Amino acid sequence: MSSSFIEDIVACPGCDLLQRIPVLSPGGKARCPRCGHTMAANKPDSLERTLALTVAAAITLVVANTTPLMGISVVGRHVSTTILGGVLEMWLQGQEITALLVAFCAIVAPTVYIGLMLVILLAVRRSPAPSWAGFLMRMLDLSQPWGMAEVMMLGILVALIKIAEMATLVLGVGIFAVGALIILIAAMMASFDHNEVWTRIRWVDEESQKMIASAELADIEGIRP
Amino acid sequence: MSTGVPTGITSGFVSCEACGLLTKPVNVHEPGHCPRCGGKLELRRHNTIQRTWALIIAAAICYIPANVMPVMVTSTLTSVEEDTIISGAVLLYKYGSWHLALIVLIASVMIPLAKLAALAYLLITVQRNSIKDQRERTRLYRLVEFVGRWSMLDIFVVTFVVALIQLQPLMSVKPGLGSLFFASVVVLTMIAAETFDSRLIWDSSNCKEEQND
Repeated sequence: MSSSFIEDIVACPGCDLLQRIPVLSPGGKARCPRCGHTMAANKPDSLERTLALTVAAAITLVVANTTPLMGISVVGRHVSTTILGGVLEMWLQGQEITALLVAFCAIVAPTVYIGLMLVILLAVRRSPAPSWAGFLMRMLDLSQPWGMAEVMMLGILVALIKIAEMATLVLGVGIFAVGALIILIAAMMASFDHNEVWTRIRWVDEESQKMIASAELADIEGIRP
Repeated sequence: MSTGVPTGITSGFVSCEACGLLTKPVNVHEPGHCPRCGGKLELRRHNTIQRTWALIIAAAICYIPANVMPVMVTSTLTSVEEDTIISGAVLLYKYGSWHLALIVLIASVMIPLAKLAALAYLLITVQRNSIKDQRERTRLYRLVEFVGRWSMLDIFVVTFVVALIQLQPLMSVKPGLGSLFFASVVVLTMIAAETFDSRLIWDSSNCKEEQND
């Protein structure tokens, strides 16, 4: 099927308004004039910065998942837990589905997000990047809302307050690693530029890429610059 | 067309939801695949109104057992105590941390309810082709999308309390069935927010016949 397409005009994902993205100064943002959706942002050094943050996040992720979050001491007994330990206990106590969901939001989704980000950023270092990087980009968008490190952190804090009434608490390394992870993931998201990555990825349909026609532009009138 | 604003749907363009490439397919209603990323192109998300309704109705049903059934069961040598989400928040208040009690109450009780109400409101106004407050409704949708994840808070609280308080026979905590229903509410409303297509809010200002289903 022959389709035509245009690269410098986009439709707002929030309201479908057609518009041309202006050239942005470093740090500048373009918002949709109709619904206010952020259409594009000029993020200086986006790929390099995000890669640095992602490597740091990957290391922190390992620490957060392997070291104890916290422990308690009661009548001479000491119990401590990791994130996976919490999931395991949930499973053993008969709530298997909830345990899987916690594992997904607390461990799997952040790991997938950081892992995909790392592969994508390494792949687009040389342009054009292979088209499977585009598939990974789609997976990245899917995994993003399910990573809940920050919600888990607040959950840990509330659990701490509840437990502090009954026993003496000992904080572990893991809880600080989770705190650092939240900041790193937020910084990754803020510095990552979707548009820049997409322009570096080879199209699935390479024939189409070669015949980008701006002829269609004349069809639409009244598009905002 | 009531307004002269050029949109994808009125000009025959389809925007790829994954990579943002704008394509002009031969047939707008069967646009095929995006030439850049290979993703499936859709003018509007398929059956978005019906699917979102189904998901929020399912979530509303789960919301009742989620609040009535215990999320945590605490056993000590002498007693067994069952806690629902609300009684857990009351307990936090009694311990003196009223701000945490408030956070739990907002995240676990108010946010899911507000999400359901907001999505229902968005669906109803879209179905009635309302052209009022489009910008505000888009903002409301973005808020729903952003805030939904925080409802998982109580599930994490239960997980870590259960993980640590296993001091048999002195004291042990088990998760209750309420946690499963509660988790279902969160997941269903999150998927509902992802399923809703916010472009529908603006479609009524283009052309009423072009409405999705």
